[in-house]
Amino acid sequence: MEGFFAQSIIYIVAAIVCVLITKRLGMSSILGYLFAGVLIGPYVLKFISNESEGQDIMHGTEFGVVMMLFLIGLELEPKNLWKMRDLILKVGLSQVLITATLLFGLAVSLGVNWNISLAVALSMALSSTAIVLQSLKEKNQMDSKEGKMSFGVLLMQDIAVIPILAILPLLAISQAQGIGEQDHSNFLGDFPGWLQTVFIFVAIGVVVLLGRYAFGPLLHLVVKTRLRELFVAAALLIVTGIAFLMELVGLSPALGTFLAGVILANSPYKHALETDLEPFKGLLLGLFFMAVGATINFDLIGSDPVRVISLTLGVMAIKALVLYGLGLFKKLSTKQNLNFAFGLAQVSEFSFVTYSFAFQLEIFSKEITDLLMAVTALSMALSPILMVILEKTIFKGLEKPDDRKEAEPDSIDSRNKVILLGFGNFGSTIGRFLRANGVEATILDSDPDRIENLRKMGFKVYFGDGTRVDLLESAGAEEAKILVSAIDSTEHSKRIIKICQEHFPNLEVLLRARNRFDAYELMDMGIRNIYREHLDTSIRMGVDVLTKLGFRAYTVNRLAHQFREYDEQALRVLVNYKNNKKEYISKVKKEIEMQEAMLGGELSKKFSLNDHAWDSEQMKDN
Amino acid sequence: MRKILVLFAHPKYEHSDANQSLINAISTLENVQIRDLYELYPDFNINVQEEQEALFEHEVIIWQHPFYWYSCPPLLKQWIDLVLEYGWAYGPGGVFLKNKYVFNAITSGGAKEVYANEGRNRFSIEEFLRPFEQTAYLCNMRYLPCFHLGGTHRISTAELQGVSEVYRNLVLELRDTKEITFPFIQKS
Repeated sequence: MEGFFAQSIIYIVAAIVCVLITKRLGMSSILGYLFAGVLIGPYVLKFISNESEGQDIMHGTEFGVVMMLFLIGLELEPKNLWKMRDLILKVGLSQVLITATLLFGLAVSLGVNWNISLAVALSMALSSTAIVLQSLKEKNQMDSKEGKMSFGVLLMQDIAVIPILAILPLLAISQAQGIGEQDHSNFLGDFPGWLQTVFIFVAIGVVVLLGRYAFGPLLHLVVKTRLRELFVAAALLIVTGIAFLMELVGLSPALGTFLAGVILANSPYKHALETDLEPFKGLLLGLFFMAVGATINFDLIGSDPVRVISLTLGVMAIKALVLYGLGLFKKLSTKQNLNFAFGLAQVSEFSFVTYSFAFQLEIFSKEITDLLMAVTALSMALSPILMVILEKTIFKGLEKPDDRKEAEPDSIDSRNKVILLGFGNFGSTIGRFLRANGVEATILDSDPDRIENLRKMGFKVYFGDGTRVDLLESAGAEEAKILVSAIDSTEHSKRIIKICQEHFPNLEVLLRARNRFDAYELMDMGIRNIYREHLDTSIRMGVDVLTKLGFRAYTVNRLAHQFREYDEQALRVLVNYKNNKKEYISKVKKEIEMQEAMLGGELSKKFSLNDHAWDSEQMKDN
Repeated sequence: MRKILVLFAHPKYEHSDANQSLINAISTLENVQIRDLYELYPDFNINVQEEQEALFEHEVIIWQHPFYWYSCPPLLKQWIDLVLEYGWAYGPGGVFLKNKYVFNAITSGGAKEVYANEGRNRFSIEEFLRPFEQTAYLCNMRYLPCFHLGGTHRISTAELQGVSEVYRNLVLELRDTKEITFPFIQKS
């Protein structure tokens, strides 16, 4: 199949059709992508001619995993990462070591050379970050106990990649180190070991420093241009730049971008970054899963199905058993533990890299490499299927009410119930009042200078004006209850109303309006909660004037309340006449007359028609 | 000389000739403090600490209010609810009101005669004021007989002048007499 357009169309159509079907069936989108990959792959429709082409796509789209970890990092503040250190170190490390040891022992006992066994064992101990995290996100389980444990294990595995790549050349029996190093694009290869280590630490330091001091000001400058595409470009630059730097020193790019994400988690541009990178990540990951589907070598499986399938199931069983044991140790419930163990049972996409590396080092022969690749791809395809089977059969029997108790211990990212747009004088008063009463709002503001100042004062303000659906979504509009707009532009308010009515009918919208004419426009759109910005303050000022003139404080207090109530009522009447000027003016006159009559009644001691409270005049007449 | 605290509650004082007359009669007296609750707390947001300090400094407390619907206006009730705290006014450690004198000074539209078993209102003023009496009792205070100005709907200026004079003399006596000889109710 020739031509860029034709090829894109095939990929996209296959993806859309298959994902739609799997989603309809209530299964993970990963399965859909995998099937799409198989479908367009070398064994069915042959749009992708062989597995190596599939692998090329896979390498190209691995960048999706890098982006995903950056986005996950954004959601995870440093202090929360610190809280996870126990999970990462204990659970993660024991998973890698125990699994690798068991696999190594098994391979050796099957009569495989020890160096091949070790290379295989280390590679297969890793699980697929892409598949596990994507399915956790889809099922909304990132914050669950097993979700956190899975994440901890995956992080440790990403760290483990570094020593594994370092060990592989030592396993090469023939002197093939030169090839491996050249091919693995690690320019530091020529330096002595201690210097390489220094470079690694320098690189991590650079990422931390950039995240702390460079990215913020860069984004700040970019935002000021008000060109959205420039912001997207800057976001991509950050991710690709870090990935490049990490590859240069031989670290996992995913780990580097994850680190940068964590550092930027406190940045005001967090939500904007998430929104802009999310589609890239989604598409790249989708392609990646399709590539996995396309690399499954059905010829090899067909030629010796028993061997391939039993190897795959064996590896997955060992991995799942080790994970289940760790889950027991961490006191997961049976359901959580099954979820955890089977979720992580597949072999990692990263293993493809180690296989080809080991092949270049001549540790593996061609046949072994092909076999391992088939096993790995098969395990990746099997694990989402296994999860579906697990959910449809065993979990149904395990549904117990007590599972819910430990559903969310301390969530990584607690969503706020209130979203506050605009943090100027008006909005900040609302924000402070809410905060003083223990209600945290997710605050968005579009003035980068102000955000910076407020952040210095300890307010968590994010960049954005709330007129983009995706940005509101990442600010938690789906789970929030109330949206407050403290921005006085009517145009802005109208856009907010439209967005909320279309996309977030769950949100109750409270709007600031400049005056009654702006209020009319908003009322026309069906909004009831409108707050004219000067009404309360001016009435309060009037109250003080009257009190200072000698009026009774309580009486004036009541009058003020009545006056405001009356004014709001008048607004609801007048809105019906706002398009008819003549009628409107006569109505306004009438309303003002009534207003004055009410006040006058109070003054002349004859009670107004509206207020007979504590009236004794009438009794006297009887 | 005893210090006297008048806790005055009237939501429409500017329209009450009776209460204006009564307040005027005592407003210039030395050692008599009048706290106009509706003027102090138009939003009902009572400063409890300040009120308790005022109570602490005075020996005789007067709840002066119109007798609305057989009781006091809501702000005085709010005052009772908030200021007479457990552990301060009553209960363990609630000794700060002990032996202080207290009574209601009330005005009513209806004449005194309608507040009787045979009258239109079926109960006496004393019976209607039981909640106040018991409040004082629980706080270990000395509850004095109430001062009642009835028939304010038809009262003449001269009559009102006379009653106000009586009120003023009562306050003076409570302030200056060596031993208060009025009968009172107190927890034994």
